[in-house]
Amino acid sequence: MNIIISNTSDKPIYQQIFEQVSAQIVKGELERDFCLPPIRTVAKQLRISVITVKKAWEELEHRGFIYTMVGKGCFVAPLLPGERASKRDELVAEKLKKDIEYYKGLGLTLPELIELIRRYYGS
Amino acid sequence: MELLSVHNLNKKYEKFALKNVSFSLEKGYIMGFVGRNGAGKTTTLKTMLNLVHADGGTVSFLGKDYFSDELACKQKIGLMFGDIFYYPKQRLRTITNVVKRFYNEWDDAAYEGYLARFDLDPEKKVEKLSTGMKVKYSLALALSHHAQLLILDEPTSGLDPVSRDDMLELFQELIEGGETSILFSTQITSDLEKCADFITYIKDGAIIASTEKDEFLDSYKILKGSGERLTNDLRHKLIGCKENSLGFSGLVKTTDLRGSTGLEVSAADIESIMIYYEKGRAE
Repeated sequence: MNIIISNTSDKPIYQQIFEQVSAQIVKGELERDFCLPPIRTVAKQLRISVITVKKAWEELEHRGFIYTMVGKGCFVAPLLPGERASKRDELVAEKLKKDIEYYKGLGLTLPELIELIRRYYGS
Repeated sequence: MELLSVHNLNKKYEKFALKNVSFSLEKGYIMGFVGRNGAGKTTTLKTMLNLVHADGGTVSFLGKDYFSDELACKQKIGLMFGDIFYYPKQRLRTITNVVKRFYNEWDDAAYEGYLARFDLDPEKKVEKLSTGMKVKYSLALALSHHAQLLILDEPTSGLDPVSRDDMLELFQELIEGGETSILFSTQITSDLEKCADFITYIKDGAIIASTEKDEFLDSYKILKGSGERLTNDLRHKLIGCKENSLGFSGLVKTTDLRGSTGLEVSAADIESIMIYYEKGRAE
């Protein structure tokens, strides 16, 4: 499991952790039932507050990416490939909706936007 | 589980008073205690520890009433105050031998470990120590009797950036097990930005906020805009406002943010919250 925190990002730290861990789960890099390191250890290693990590883990659990076994820790949820894909699509939809708002604000039409995505997707 | 609870602590001096100071801390967390010089941080710590007598209020520690069970409670508390001076002509070893006898659970191995970690020579005399070394020595003494609560008054002041970073790392190690908590006061708010779980902010002897750090930071925003955007309504909402010919900036509660479209809104850090708060509400 990898987590890289940016202190200069506008994104709250718990959000950064949520995004990175959930991405590793939907890509299958973290396998089902993989045991996540203890919250307090993560806090110490990332040099952030225990509560921030707790919040990220809670969000991951709430969204069905991980499950908790009391006294044992948190584990990656056993997702079927189809479920993984739909969770990935959920994450994409959230981000896209926000981005699309921004592009609409700039007056872009759908065909223009698609054209721009084509142009920059590979770069 | 609750470790420490301070409730309605009052202490009156001729020119200063602690007013109903209340806050609590659970096991396994770090609480940063902030406020200006003279706001009452050290007085709060000393009053809750009965180093000066409270005029009113209660302190409970591990479920016990601190004021009636002080000795037992102190066995489980590690203290470090910036203004404690040791005999300058004595060797560290001699001072330690005096201090350790007060604690039932003194742990020589732990103490030796901290000496090595902080690079302290027990044969050195106190007068030969630098400011930073004195801080580290005080910490070594505070940490070596398996305390469950560490109360540290400005533990990182006087330390260079590398030592401060080491210290914060040590704090996080200490709370990793989930049993020990740390309450520390500091002027270096960036230290808290990193590792604190809770923030307690005191101003003129009264607690302004005592809450989770993230919540504390999220509840304020900094607003900036040109002078003509500063309406009376907005001025009323601002906590502290700086105005000049180029525009204004001020702190606003996140809940008061509605209707401020077109203004530059940015996240607030502990330092800026304090600065705007201390400048007071705009007239």
